[in-house]
Amino acid sequence: MSSASLGVQVTSLARRSTIRTLRQPAVLVSAILFPLMFFAINANGLTAATKLPGFPTDSYLDFAFAFPLVQAALFGAITAGSDLARDIESGFFDRLSLTPMRPSALLLGMLMGVVALGLIQGVVFLAVGLLFGVNIQSGIPGMFVLILFTVLVALAFGGIGAMLALRTGSVEAVESAFPLFFVSIFMSSINLPRNLIEQDWFRFIATVNPISYLVEGIRSLVITGWDLQALSVGFACALALIALSLSGASAFLRVRVAR
Amino acid sequence: MSAATGGRPKAFGGFFSVAWAVAGRQVYKYFTNPAFLAPALFPLFFFVAFAGGLTSVGDVPGFDYAAGYIAFQFVWALLQAVAMGGAFTGFSIASDFENGFARRLMLAASDRRGIILGYTLASIVRVTVTGTLVTVLAILTGMPISGGYDLFGLIGLALLVNVAATLFGAGIAMLMRTGQAGPVIRTPIFLVLFLAPVFVPLNLLEGWIQTVARLNPFTTILDAARGFLAGAPTGVLPAYAIAFALVAVFALWALYGLRRAEKAGS
Repeated sequence: MSSASLGVQVTSLARRSTIRTLRQPAVLVSAILFPLMFFAINANGLTAATKLPGFPTDSYLDFAFAFPLVQAALFGAITAGSDLARDIESGFFDRLSLTPMRPSALLLGMLMGVVALGLIQGVVFLAVGLLFGVNIQSGIPGMFVLILFTVLVALAFGGIGAMLALRTGSVEAVESAFPLFFVSIFMSSINLPRNLIEQDWFRFIATVNPISYLVEGIRSLVITGWDLQALSVGFACALALIALSLSGASAFLRVRVAR
Repeated sequence: MSAATGGRPKAFGGFFSVAWAVAGRQVYKYFTNPAFLAPALFPLFFFVAFAGGLTSVGDVPGFDYAAGYIAFQFVWALLQAVAMGGAFTGFSIASDFENGFARRLMLAASDRRGIILGYTLASIVRVTVTGTLVTVLAILTGMPISGGYDLFGLIGLALLVNVAATLFGAGIAMLMRTGQAGPVIRTPIFLVLFLAPVFVPLNLLEGWIQTVARLNPFTTILDAARGFLAGAPTGVLPAYAIAFALVAVFALWALYGLRRAEKAGS
């Protein structure tokens, strides 16, 4: 089968994945409204933290802007992973295996759906953030980088969702991973810079948690401008997560197809 | 159940025997399934994340809570745990309607109001365990307890919050009678909990969230509960008045839900 036909297969399945997501109002609420709600509450509830000596900005709204982007990527991953698991549970995946369509097209299509959702979320959050006074220090070029970063984070989480779906083939198992993902976001430097975290054990967890570096990469574009170190570490982390999760998903895909 | 097997007993006895039977079944279900601890998971996680990651917020000028930041977060986590315990009881009721158990229960019960009391009693038993879990974790992470006998004031408020949340959830569950009641029960409770002074005291909040938190009745309860833990009770009467009022209002709400379920023939 030629690579062009693989492209057509991926496009069809990506369209299916995106339309399926857009047709579920509850998923859209989770993917758009919940991150915005948490952002609004956290950003306003923790404004006083900017009075701490050494806090990097005087606007907690700017500081917290990475939160909805990362949280939205997480919701997107769970949604995509659940959809893939549902395809396995319902037998769609098995039926697909009997057609000339490649199983890898299902995985890639799902991931393209994640990218599309991540793109929509990035644009919506950026628009809402700007409307409510978030000041992006890196300017308009930084906004494009910020959306690219969001899409990469969505792809990394999406790969993990796919891994879980292909490994377990169970919607329930994928959705039960949600608290774990959610915890991992909060156990990072999402709420305070690492140097201002007083508890040693928490600072250690935040330092070894790759999400801290994704958050700090996005945050640097908002509150600092062009911080090459934060950006390069953030991008490296995102790409490493993507490579690891996609390798894992591909391996589980091969196992599932071989059954 | 005596009401079902021994004819119709006197109304008052029927009420309590139904309540006792429903509570017994629910408590048995809880303790034979580890999922009953689920309402404690998110409060535990928020407690660890906020008390661990945000301790330095306690150093912000104007932050004057004497018991410290861990204790400040503990009270919110405890009230969240008991409120979510109420919400999860609502989920159980919705599930009982969905799987047909509630229909049989309503046919058998001599006084159906006892069903509401039964679920409420079971909810209290459940949050006694989950609340203890949150408290033990807080003590292990270094929370000082300076309230002495005032702690009973905190426990009393926590129980009332649980009962109010359970009755709220019961009303929704009996109105909707489907598992889809879950988000309808959970979301308002979650919003009320978060639109309060979660991270800093009310005087340090700014902008719209301060206005909303000031109007949120849960803020008065939260402030009083934090005062009990610090050994400096404040706003006790308004807090208890609000808590009792919530219980009364949601008891009527739950009865309304029950009447609607009866009319629907569930």
